[in-house]
Amino acid sequence: MREKGLPVTVADLDIVNPYFRTLDSEAVFREHGIKLICSKFANSNVDAPAMPKEVYNLIDSRTEYGVLDIGGDDRGALALGRYVPSIIEENDYEMLLVINKARPLTRNAADTVEVAYEMVKACGLPFTGIVNNTNLGPETTEEDVLSSIDYANEVSKTLGIPVKMTCCDEKLYEKLKDKAENLFPLSLQKLYYHLNS
Amino acid sequence: MQEKVLMKGNEALAEAAILAGCRHYFGYPITPQTEVAAYMSKKMPKIGGVFLQAESEIAAINMVYGVAATGKRAMTSSSSPGIALKCEGISYLAGSDLPALIVNVQRGGPGLGGIQPSQSDYFLATRGPGHGDFHVIVLAPASVQEMADMTLKGFELADKYRMPCMLLADGTMGQMMEPVVLPDPVELDSAPKDWAVTGTECKREHHIVNSLYLSPKKLEDINLERYERYKKIEEEECLWEEFMMEDAEICIVSCGITARVSRNAILEARKQGIKVGMIRPITLWPFPKKPLLAAANKVKSFISVELNMGQMKEDIELAIRCKKPVYGCTRVGGMITTVDDILASIKEAEKGEE
Repeated sequence: MREKGLPVTVADLDIVNPYFRTLDSEAVFREHGIKLICSKFANSNVDAPAMPKEVYNLIDSRTEYGVLDIGGDDRGALALGRYVPSIIEENDYEMLLVINKARPLTRNAADTVEVAYEMVKACGLPFTGIVNNTNLGPETTEEDVLSSIDYANEVSKTLGIPVKMTCCDEKLYEKLKDKAENLFPLSLQKLYYHLNS
Repeated sequence: MQEKVLMKGNEALAEAAILAGCRHYFGYPITPQTEVAAYMSKKMPKIGGVFLQAESEIAAINMVYGVAATGKRAMTSSSSPGIALKCEGISYLAGSDLPALIVNVQRGGPGLGGIQPSQSDYFLATRGPGHGDFHVIVLAPASVQEMADMTLKGFELADKYRMPCMLLADGTMGQMMEPVVLPDPVELDSAPKDWAVTGTECKREHHIVNSLYLSPKKLEDINLERYERYKKIEEEECLWEEFMMEDAEICIVSCGITARVSRNAILEARKQGIKVGMIRPITLWPFPKKPLLAAANKVKSFISVELNMGQMKEDIELAIRCKKPVYGCTRVGGMITTVDDILASIKEAEKGEE
């Protein structure tokens, strides 16, 4: 969106997880002209799941494009709930369910659908599309992505919403581009140095 | 062999506990281990297990005592201040010779400290966390895979020696995400244990699980027997990993997340022509004294890399009988040692020998 010249703000509402926050990459966002809203307590020793007041400005704005990062379960989705009346009022949103077949609680379509329902129940905003982001981090293979397509389609069928895209590491893109619809290449932005061996 | 999954360390240890046959988890939320309780709360009800959020850490460890007394696998998890609260209960488990797994995903201290990663409970874990003469087996994982594997190992050792075992992870290990191959489910022996409190049905003598002995002589005998068991554990259960030690002139000793950073520092140092290796203790109690003593005859010096003020350094000095200097490379307060920190210590150690 930013590359298209649109004004974009990313808000980190994944307030349950205390480590590995969007704030770690603040400089990268700034460099690309993307505003970042993050709890001022992120990466500190304050163990309070607080949400920054600037999120209200973003939700109420009719000119800014907001990307909200929501925690991937019912506890995480709860944080979104307070903004939902305004989001529904404006009625110009996508609520994307990012799924990963390689995660322990979403290894099949039935479990994934259950997690999705729990999230919707917690936040009150229905999903409008699916992002199939099946990956094993840097170890992801072509086969991992291909084997997730049927799974994503099954989730799509049950929830009645489309698979908007299937993500893959940009290194796998050439091999996969004719085998998966709406393939979206991702470039890994951050690998923590201590996890490199 | 199961398929690879992408897991957080906390999730991996929780799932591994279930695969190890644990169906009783008692805990209380505290950062950075809350995902263990969250995972158990989702999974246990689906498999007929018990997840119970206790009213306090003290209550949770005593619930573990109750289940352990019946011979079933039980666990609790917490982070540093919560583990301090559990220490009374851990002592009672040890005094009653009960197996259990206690998970400590460490954060900074002392006191309420902070929520960022730390290894500052090294003394607490390795010196016997609680009152009285006792030890717990202490395992220090250095990857998400080991978070899973060591959970299984912890239950196995706890059962084998009828004593508590502590999985001592740092906050980073709990929070970081890596691909992991989960272990196959463990088939537990369903035969009743000859000490477990399971009801006599008026067919046998009572089994008594207790840590109170009215006779001082009896209590002394029990302590002596327990230390015979500890001696056997020290001889048979030490675990460690060596990295590039074949020609090393400097030996880094480090566990958990700092061992991961140390590997990168060693590779960098070798590019600069400095021969460095590492001995990574996997069991912190029993501490791998033998390989360290053997290394002391070959290397010029040691460096203890840890996220505390140098607690493990004392064990290294004892293990090598102060034959060689031991340098420290430490960060505290939730800060993690960097490759540059360790490289600086390596250069200091190299100079120290000149």
